[in-house]
Amino acid sequence: MTSNILDLRSRYKDEYGFTTVTKSSFEVEKGFSEAVVKEISRIKNDPEWLKAFRLKAFAHFLKRPMPKWGADLDVINFDEITYYVRPTDNPQATSWEELPPEIRNTFDRLGIPEAEKKFLAGVGGQFESENVYHSLQENLKKQGVVFVDPDTGLNPTEERIKQLNLDKTAMENANKKFREWFGKVVPIEDNKFAALNSTVFSGGSFIYIPPHVEIALPLQAYFRINRENVGQFERTLIIADEGSKLHYIEGCSAPMYSDEKHSLHSAVVEIVALPGSTVRYTTLQNWSNNVYNLVTKRAYAYESATVEWLDANIGSRITMKYPSVFMLGPHAKADILSVAYAGKGQHQDSGGKAVHMAPFTTSKIISKSVSKDGGRSSYRGLLHIAKGATNAKSTVRCDALLLDEISRTDTYPYNEINEDTATVTHEASVGKIGEDLIFYLMSRGLTEQQALSMIVNGFLEVFSKELPMEYAVEFNRLIQLEMTGSVG
Amino acid sequence: MASVLEIKDLHVAVDGKGILKGLDLKVRQGEVHAIMGPNGSGKSTLALALMGHPRYKIEKGSILFDGQNVLDMSADARAKLGLFLAFQYPFEVSGVGLTNFLRNAYNATHDQTNDGKSVKQDMMSMLEFKKLLKEKLSMLKMHESFSNRYLNEGFSGGEKKRCEILQMAVLKPKIAILDETDSGLDIDSIKIVADGVNTLAGPEMGVLLITHYQRILRYIKPHFVHVLVDGKIVESGGEDLAIHLEEKGYDWIKNKVFNVIS
Repeated sequence: MTSNILDLRSRYKDEYGFTTVTKSSFEVEKGFSEAVVKEISRIKNDPEWLKAFRLKAFAHFLKRPMPKWGADLDVINFDEITYYVRPTDNPQATSWEELPPEIRNTFDRLGIPEAEKKFLAGVGGQFESENVYHSLQENLKKQGVVFVDPDTGLNPTEERIKQLNLDKTAMENANKKFREWFGKVVPIEDNKFAALNSTVFSGGSFIYIPPHVEIALPLQAYFRINRENVGQFERTLIIADEGSKLHYIEGCSAPMYSDEKHSLHSAVVEIVALPGSTVRYTTLQNWSNNVYNLVTKRAYAYESATVEWLDANIGSRITMKYPSVFMLGPHAKADILSVAYAGKGQHQDSGGKAVHMAPFTTSKIISKSVSKDGGRSSYRGLLHIAKGATNAKSTVRCDALLLDEISRTDTYPYNEINEDTATVTHEASVGKIGEDLIFYLMSRGLTEQQALSMIVNGFLEVFSKELPMEYAVEFNRLIQLEMTGSVG
Repeated sequence: MASVLEIKDLHVAVDGKGILKGLDLKVRQGEVHAIMGPNGSGKSTLALALMGHPRYKIEKGSILFDGQNVLDMSADARAKLGLFLAFQYPFEVSGVGLTNFLRNAYNATHDQTNDGKSVKQDMMSMLEFKKLLKEKLSMLKMHESFSNRYLNEGFSGGEKKRCEILQMAVLKPKIAILDETDSGLDIDSIKIVADGVNTLAGPEMGVLLITHYQRILRYIKPHFVHVLVDGKIVESGGEDLAIHLEEKGYDWIKNKVFNVIS
């Protein structure tokens, strides 16, 4: 807890906000155009159907108006963004040593290889637009688990299978599932940014877990944006087959740039939880405050499946993200835990959606937000109980903490209950930290800053206690870094 | 050398209203002082002002700790000097684990080089600290599971008061102020709290025990008893004074003071 503000400021820059000088091996010209889309498709060797998918999405993006109901997005200049940057000509590495030194150094400084050794079952590392590293424990490969980038997932050529040392049968089997579900959970037309991602997506994670395989350790993907004015559009598709179990963790960061430079991160995440499976998806969003983060995350949960979104938004300038679960089979369960920290210049517009489409389904949404130094946090949530989804149960709770007079918090809950048999509870609170409480902690020797950090970390404890210990420590420290205003 | 807390001609106002009106008192490490007084006499004001609550404005006078004026010091700086306040109404701090909190507080108050700015490298290890905490819990007849709970969250009134004494036991201050620690406690809890205070009081710790009732003084024997009326100490004496007060009530002293003035 003990810390010096200046010290923390330089520590953030050291640990996350540092800049790596890299030379991209290829990039498309900046700006958004059909030529750029075709160029991305060409250099990725897309099959025809995928090229058509991108072009259809492109057309939809152009005609779809900008959403006006949330954060102010008019500040984004789509012509100033470069939509594809390939960081290296090297083929995707399966050991860290194979990476170009400056990229390897970046992941080393972020502690990813170390975490992989200690407590991860597999790791994907993305730098700018491409996965540059992928690993998966051998015993999981043998059980038919597939964890690859989207290009491989959708188009597993002989060459790729060989180069990445994949099991051919497992890969071909997974490819069928990926083709079946890709773009089904989040269709192109879902929203403007889903269309954007579908147009220029590159990198991300495609995961298939065969029936009844339980992965004890988490799989992790780490997304790094290194350059300014770059777009990162990763695409993730997770298919958990019947009775399987997975914990997936994603982390991300970017360097700090001057105020005028922005980067855009717009991901689509689709989860298919087949009957009896459990998927936990944990996000530690730690973008620097010059990144616009506009993400669509949705899961289908079938009979007796459980989907848990643990979503922390700490960084970014603007985030709009509402992880959703569609409960499509009886006894399906949704657990959404969303926490946000909005500091100076930040707007965190987040929450969750629970859509009950079958009887005896259960959902829980917990949202916790902290606003400081003029930051703004909004909870936006949807609870929908469809006609016929009898005996559904839902709990929604959102708590906001305001640390000063100039910050702001709003709650936008939408409830659509079409079944009389539903049990629904909704609670909301807005709190401030009183002078007396700070004094109480200070009387034990903690500085004002330490006392404040401790109270805020306590407020968010409901989230951090769910994390593996190493991540909980990092999470608490990130909050502390944010609170000292060190993240610019 | 024994530490000394010295209060000279202290005038304190809260929200513009004068509460303490010239209070003098000297508490040495190793001494137990009891301050008694009727409601509204300024007892809690004294406690909070000594610890440095920002809402309590010192209008005149001084508070010296080992000769050093602490008026410009924030509460954490005073805690680092060795001052402690057991609150009359301790706060519930949601999600903050008791062990983690106390370990941070311990490290903050036990490293003289720690100015709250530099990152501390040599914090007491978790293992060592847990051992220390376990020992103190057992001394206060508190269940070990308290160490896994959040600070005061969901604690009963008695548990909160005991938790204050637990914090005092862990932090080992030089001078401890106990603000009506006995109020709201049943007789068994009072005995346990008193036992804890008696174990800790001694050459290493001075105590300023603020109380409305004489009851706790059956278990904690003060060296000095002071009576606070209308922001001033109007009478000081030994243990007998407390008994006298119990028998005759505060009106007796009020009348006495009134008569002296008139």
